[in-house]
Amino acid sequence: MALHRGRGFAAINYPIGMNLGGDPSQALVHSNPDGKFTVALSAIDLGQGMKSVTRQIAAETLGVPIADVYVDTADSDTGPHDMGSFASRGTHRMGNAVIMAAKEARSVMLEAAAEELEVDASDLVTDGKGNIHVRGAPSRTITTMAAAQAAQFKQGRTIAGRGIFLIPLSDVNPETGEMSPVTTFAHAALLVEVEVDDETGEVAVTDMQSAYEVGRALNPGLVEQQLRGGAWMGMSHAAWETTEPYYPDRDHGAVDFNHYLMPGPGDLAPHHISVLERPAADGPFGGKGPGEMCANPVLPAVVNAVYDAVGVRIDELPVTPEKVLRGIKAKGGARPRQAIQSASSAKQENF
Amino acid sequence: MNARTGGFEFRKELFADERDDDLNEIGKRIRRQDIEGHVTGRSPFYDDHLFDGLLHMRCVRSPHHHARIGRIDTAEAERMPGVVRILTGKDVPQNLNTLLSLLDFGLDDEPVLSVDKAAYKGEPVAAVIAQTEAQARAAVKAVRVDWQPLPHVLDPEEALKPGAPTVCETYPGNAFVYHGKYDHQKLRYGDVEAALRQADHIVEGRYQMSPIEQAPIETCGAISAPEQNGRWVCYTGTQALFFSLGTASKVLNLPSSRMHFIGGTVGGGFGGKVDSIHEPLSILGAMLTGRPCKSQWDREEEMQVGAPRGAERWYITDGVMNDGRIVARKFTGYFDGGAYTRLTSYAVIKGVGHLPGPYTIPNVYADAYCVYTNRTPATAMRGFGITGVDFAIEAHMDKVAETVGMNPIELRILNAYRDGDMKAHRREAKNCAFIECCQVVAEKAGVTISPEARAASSKTGGGGERARLPAFTATDEHGRVEGFESGSYARKGGAPAAPGIPAELTPDRPSPPTLPTARPVETPPTPAPAPTTPDQEKPAARTPQRRSGAVRFSSISGFRRR
Repeated sequence: MALHRGRGFAAINYPIGMNLGGDPSQALVHSNPDGKFTVALSAIDLGQGMKSVTRQIAAETLGVPIADVYVDTADSDTGPHDMGSFASRGTHRMGNAVIMAAKEARSVMLEAAAEELEVDASDLVTDGKGNIHVRGAPSRTITTMAAAQAAQFKQGRTIAGRGIFLIPLSDVNPETGEMSPVTTFAHAALLVEVEVDDETGEVAVTDMQSAYEVGRALNPGLVEQQLRGGAWMGMSHAAWETTEPYYPDRDHGAVDFNHYLMPGPGDLAPHHISVLERPAADGPFGGKGPGEMCANPVLPAVVNAVYDAVGVRIDELPVTPEKVLRGIKAKGGARPRQAIQSASSAKQENF
Repeated sequence: MNARTGGFEFRKELFADERDDDLNEIGKRIRRQDIEGHVTGRSPFYDDHLFDGLLHMRCVRSPHHHARIGRIDTAEAERMPGVVRILTGKDVPQNLNTLLSLLDFGLDDEPVLSVDKAAYKGEPVAAVIAQTEAQARAAVKAVRVDWQPLPHVLDPEEALKPGAPTVCETYPGNAFVYHGKYDHQKLRYGDVEAALRQADHIVEGRYQMSPIEQAPIETCGAISAPEQNGRWVCYTGTQALFFSLGTASKVLNLPSSRMHFIGGTVGGGFGGKVDSIHEPLSILGAMLTGRPCKSQWDREEEMQVGAPRGAERWYITDGVMNDGRIVARKFTGYFDGGAYTRLTSYAVIKGVGHLPGPYTIPNVYADAYCVYTNRTPATAMRGFGITGVDFAIEAHMDKVAETVGMNPIELRILNAYRDGDMKAHRREAKNCAFIECCQVVAEKAGVTISPEARAASSKTGGGGERARLPAFTATDEHGRVEGFESGSYARKGGAPAAPGIPAELTPDRPSPPTLPTARPVETPPTPAPAPTTPDQEKPAARTPQRRSGAVRFSSISGFRRR
């Protein structure tokens, strides 16, 4: 009886957004007389950080500090239309709508500032700290607050902007499947290490090394949480979860978290993440959506690693101890392959 | 770097010439806008909006995979303590819908509360509204349904065979109809059969992706209440506010202007909160009782009645040359949609647009089916339409590598798509970074790959010959379906569903709000208590409206708070 180590590799690309029926998102941005901005959306923050990433995008585009922007979302009386938070579309679609709205609001803010400073608006720049000044002449300056007050009480301007981002409907050819499914793709590659117990059939994921290409990490903290959580979900899909363990039979369906299995903290593998950024031409600051693709390479990488460890191919998820043991039995014992060893791990002693 | 969690690094040297890295707010680890509320337990989620006099809704569900519904006898249940009203299908104004009808895709196929038959275990046929959740649960058990079980089918390939029981009468062949023409979505690029004949190796595989529960900590639900002025407010955990609003508007036959949806702070979704089940049900409950009403799944319902990521079964056949080049790839895919369409019809389209994965293969073929079986309908989940086939493709790539005796990372880089390549859905690839991801992982994990694989780049080596469409593409008409109107994939085929006849909606007891479908609102709209509005001519002192009854229809958390 022994533990067998194996390594498995998988790599994927992932389409951002959907194309069904067109894929629009809208955003409204306006300032109060203090130069504080509200972004009104109907996007949903499921924990992924929708409010936070759109706030950063708005602040960056407006040229004001993050503290001067607040995102108010998902009240159908005040927020404009959005398709929803799914299909990895939030950052990409809504981000673009926010940029468009914030640009319009910014241009009015600069016009208001220009009138106060008696210069041309095209000569003005923002410092991102709440000031607007003449390019190359930082002493000729006005605060965004003073510009907003002048706009509201003196000039009669609305510092506001409307934004929409629409991917038009792409038809699909019934005969060939020709279509424009999406505009951009994110990418990932991942190598997992597993330990397979040939007595119990249990599989433990012991290490994950990954590279994720996300266009641009608009907020590295939010990206990291997606990639860690998503990869955890991927290993959970691979070796733990299902609503119907004997699919297509419906028996033994889980009804609570005692029976719906997921890896707990003690099952987590260290995950070494590298982030690559190749900006998408149509993404907000090049950003794509990391939210969904992070799980996908883990599933096949785990089954490939199990094969590498004991020579058993599991083509039906999840990889349960029962399937592993039956596979080992059918082979007359574990048949380790160890096809993609690294120089260091090849030297490790067998258990 | 944390030894337990693992490291997190940027590889800024890659694609550096395509980026400027001098932005103010973008690229920074800025704290979440809502984090303080979350970590102190004060962020209001939909279920935090507690109302005085809140009613609770629980559904009576089918215990059978497939059964005709005889009589539904609610007499005993209605006499039970706390029971306010019991809804059945006849109470729903437009009791047939398909979620994607908002995008004009597919035919109405699913009742809100089933009337004639139940097509999966757990399908709702009645909804008890009671003063407490426990009273609603007790009354659910007392509803007598005369079930007549029917033969059922659970396996998608069995469901497609002649003579299989029809799961959903809208699609008698147990498959969604694409373009009004075929029982599957086709992908045809080049001539796969000819290429397979010339390949050095044929590699075949069958892969089964399991059904998965989205498992949000916050279960799906909504709380609705009469707002003022003939409107209904709905606090919801939806992932798609306007999807849910549009669905409620359709099935309740109520203009969207008379509903006020509030959400946006949601306790996890992962795709399971798009289906818009609870919003129309809870609003209907509020309309028919005149009181605030909550519809919410418990954990068991979330796991077995709430739509999961559907199972997928994929068959892959590759034609491979001795040097590892894949020259042909053929797919047959079965998406198990369960009893009704929900979003599976689109998962198929999205999956087909993704094939053959991140590889440039000159001949690709796919038939992908959205199949109906007698199980809980499937819906979206993280990786929708992609996760299952990516599992199949990447497990298959390992078999290909073994067949030709190649390092699996090198095999992927050899076949990788690059900028300028033509993809099987007939669009040019751009902005690729697949090769670089493979190289970074190989380097980190200490896997030795060939100098050619190390030197490869997404930016070079693509296009040219690889940008050309195939000279010949083999097409066919198998899977033709008659009786549906052909057209764009995004148009409904066949006859439109019968126009919704609004049911008579009558509250059981006297209630303050106006009737939903009856006359226009009598009283002029009263502005909500608002800060001083300078543009108002005369902000005359308003006499507070008298409330009829003791019930105060506002959330303890306040209407506007979210």
